[in-house]
Amino acid sequence: MQVEKKEFKPTIVAFCCNWCSYAGADLSGTNRLNYPANVKIIRVPCSCRVNPMFVLRAFQRGADGVIICGCHPGDCHYTTGNYYARRRMTLLFSMLDFLGIERDRTRLEWVSAAEGAKFAKTMNEFVEAVTKLGENKRLEDLRCKKQ
Amino acid sequence: MKQIKLDSIQSLFKALSATRTLYLPVDTPAGADFKKYEDGVLWSGALNTNRSAKDFFFPQTENMMDFKVEGKTIEIIEPIRPDEDFVVFGVRACDARSFELLDKVFLCDPVDTYYKNRREHGVIVTVCCNKPAETCFCTNFGIDPTAPGGDVACWQDADTLYLQANTEAGEALLQSAADVLAEADDSAADGVKETVKAIMAKLPIQNLDLSAFTEDNLLNLFGSEQWKKLSEACLGCGTCTFVCPTCQCYDIKDFDTGHGIQRFRCWDSCMYSEFTRCAHGNPRLSQVERFRQRFMHKLVYFPANNNGDFSCVGCGRCLAKCPISMNIVKVIKALGGANE
Amino acid sequence: MQEAMMRRAKELLADGTVNRVLGWQKGEFAYDHTPAVFDSADQLEQFVYDDFTAANLSKYLVKETKQEGKILAFLKPCDTYSLNQLTKEHRVNRDKVYVVGIGCEGKADVEKIKALGIDGILGIKAEGDNFVVETLYGNQTVAKTDVLAERCVVCKSRKLMTYDEILGEDGEVINSNRFDMVEKLENMTADERFAFWQNELSRCIRCNACRNVCPACTCEKCVFDNVNSGIANTAAADSFEEKMFHVIRAFHVAGRCTDCGECSRVCPQGIPLHLLNRKFIKDINELYGEYQAGEDTDSKGPLTNFTYDDCEPSIVHERGVE
Repeated sequence: MQVEKKEFKPTIVAFCCNWCSYAGADLSGTNRLNYPANVKIIRVPCSCRVNPMFVLRAFQRGADGVIICGCHPGDCHYTTGNYYARRRMTLLFSMLDFLGIERDRTRLEWVSAAEGAKFAKTMNEFVEAVTKLGENKRLEDLRCKKQ
Repeated sequence: MKQIKLDSIQSLFKALSATRTLYLPVDTPAGADFKKYEDGVLWSGALNTNRSAKDFFFPQTENMMDFKVEGKTIEIIEPIRPDEDFVVFGVRACDARSFELLDKVFLCDPVDTYYKNRREHGVIVTVCCNKPAETCFCTNFGIDPTAPGGDVACWQDADTLYLQANTEAGEALLQSAADVLAEADDSAADGVKETVKAIMAKLPIQNLDLSAFTEDNLLNLFGSEQWKKLSEACLGCGTCTFVCPTCQCYDIKDFDTGHGIQRFRCWDSCMYSEFTRCAHGNPRLSQVERFRQRFMHKLVYFPANNNGDFSCVGCGRCLAKCPISMNIVKVIKALGGANE
Repeated sequence: MQEAMMRRAKELLADGTVNRVLGWQKGEFAYDHTPAVFDSADQLEQFVYDDFTAANLSKYLVKETKQEGKILAFLKPCDTYSLNQLTKEHRVNRDKVYVVGIGCEGKADVEKIKALGIDGILGIKAEGDNFVVETLYGNQTVAKTDVLAERCVVCKSRKLMTYDEILGEDGEVINSNRFDMVEKLENMTADERFAFWQNELSRCIRCNACRNVCPACTCEKCVFDNVNSGIANTAAADSFEEKMFHVIRAFHVAGRCTDCGECSRVCPQGIPLHLLNRKFIKDINELYGEYQAGEDTDSKGPLTNFTYDDCEPSIVHERGVE
């Protein structure tokens, strides 16, 4: 007899820009498009508000994957914020990779307010990728694990 | 006195680790450090470990208790107290003395039960230094590296290790390894002692003038003009305090785990800007004051409260590790003379 | 060199060009010199310059240029990169420093001498390409190249970036192999890299020496000292905190780090922290074009700049080994 194994459901933290992806998430909801409920959205005023520390602390507090969503290049509400975010996150993700953290745990996507479908698709893909990786072990804080 | 040939020292380690966990200095690419003994682990010949041996009794971080809050009730969960007996092998005389100093702090009333618990489970095996370094100045504090103390003291010559139990716990430990130990003459290690004493006499910083560091002279020292110059280059890092075997300051913090609170303590350093910060703010606002605090504590306040025992054992770690090479020896030389 | 420097310092003090001198003070032994400010010719008798005056002095200028009057600073090539960067960030008032650039042939690391099994060092004399080390246990001779500080082995430049005058010979930018170790790590598998860093970072005792010595770390209040930040701690209570501290430390100086190597020099636990900084430098060079922090005082740093066609973060998937 096979023992029933509890299916692993990753916790995903999504930092979404107030001016685009956050509205995109809204749109995917009103369009009744499905994306997994374990995606926790944190609204930020711009993708460049995301300090590398936010990403690390999300992992500390139990995230298995972190995704940052912002306006398409050229469409930033503050003109250039997402360009800075792009450089920062490139370097951060590369550093995490350098430390041996799985590359698929971090992602950056450009999702506009009109792209409800893209938002749902992105989240579905990301959740799938992180599910494959399993639980975040390399950037976990043991104290925050539920006993 | 017992003895064992150095080429069969592994059999001693095996015997000691059979009944309890054995820790000993092990070479790493970045210097020696205490590691758990497992088959084949080699004992480092280094004079001193990077970190002191105080970690065994006063670890850098230690969980004190957990809280679980449900509704209006708070449940306090005691951590599991380590109850494993262990042996620390290869402790030097300086580190061995540091335990006595830490005892004065943690075992006086109110007793620190976390420390006491670890202390009761640990047996210390000291080894006489064969090749003291220029940074060694333990003799200034009445430490004799040829009589290194601990529960068991050891001396080694070219091919033999001699062991002498100093306490009951030490006797019991040697008894547990009786199979691999042979009897030795009580004077067998005298040759080694003489050699080391001759080397100690040639070391450069053996005769520091500590006469000015008295309680009566406290205000003079506190107000000395020299602190500014001495602390000028200080980076305010915690290296000296964290490698020090006698630094014992800690901070107690609560960590919100998301499903409860973990109360832990961790080493703190008087060199840090947030040290002893309380509701009104910070009592020492500049690095000069923080720097002064460290040395006044070691050389004046601590002895004033502890029968004149200085809170330094002369291990020399801060001399080797300070990023800008400012250290207690330079402070003593600047302020120590009776004329100050 | 030491005599020439002392002579020049005394001249500049005497003619009123400067009122203080930033240099190194003789230590207790042959190798433990302390950075110091001298304000009179008498004090300069304690001045020292030799193979063991390794400390980068530029960070002290943040504090010193806030004082009255001009200060003379003896800077090695590495230190001049740091000074330029600090000038660019308006942390140092360059007008209040009189820089005497010192030609540098690399500094020695006493830890490397000790690692050769040489104990009880009573004196060290430089003789040509060798050091004669006088010890309690007899004299020994070691080649200078064998005990060169690790950062000097892969020195990137012996060229002085900023100075008011030069003592000794100015050098050249060196096409060094300083990224070799980073590359070696990149070519490991993720598991191996994780094991490597886990081993290195687990030794961290959070003494903050790497941060406090860093000439690029000049925040008035570090986030790791700010009790309101939620991440302040004096010790890593979990291995996560070690990683967070070192990633954030390196990230905060990314694009500003001049690769002076002080972080690794001061680490009491021998952690190769410069590799984290160097990884950022290598990435910046490869992704955004060659950039050397501290080369000038007016260019835009790579993280305060962008181009419209920068690569996407997903490029991480195309580089190195998974």
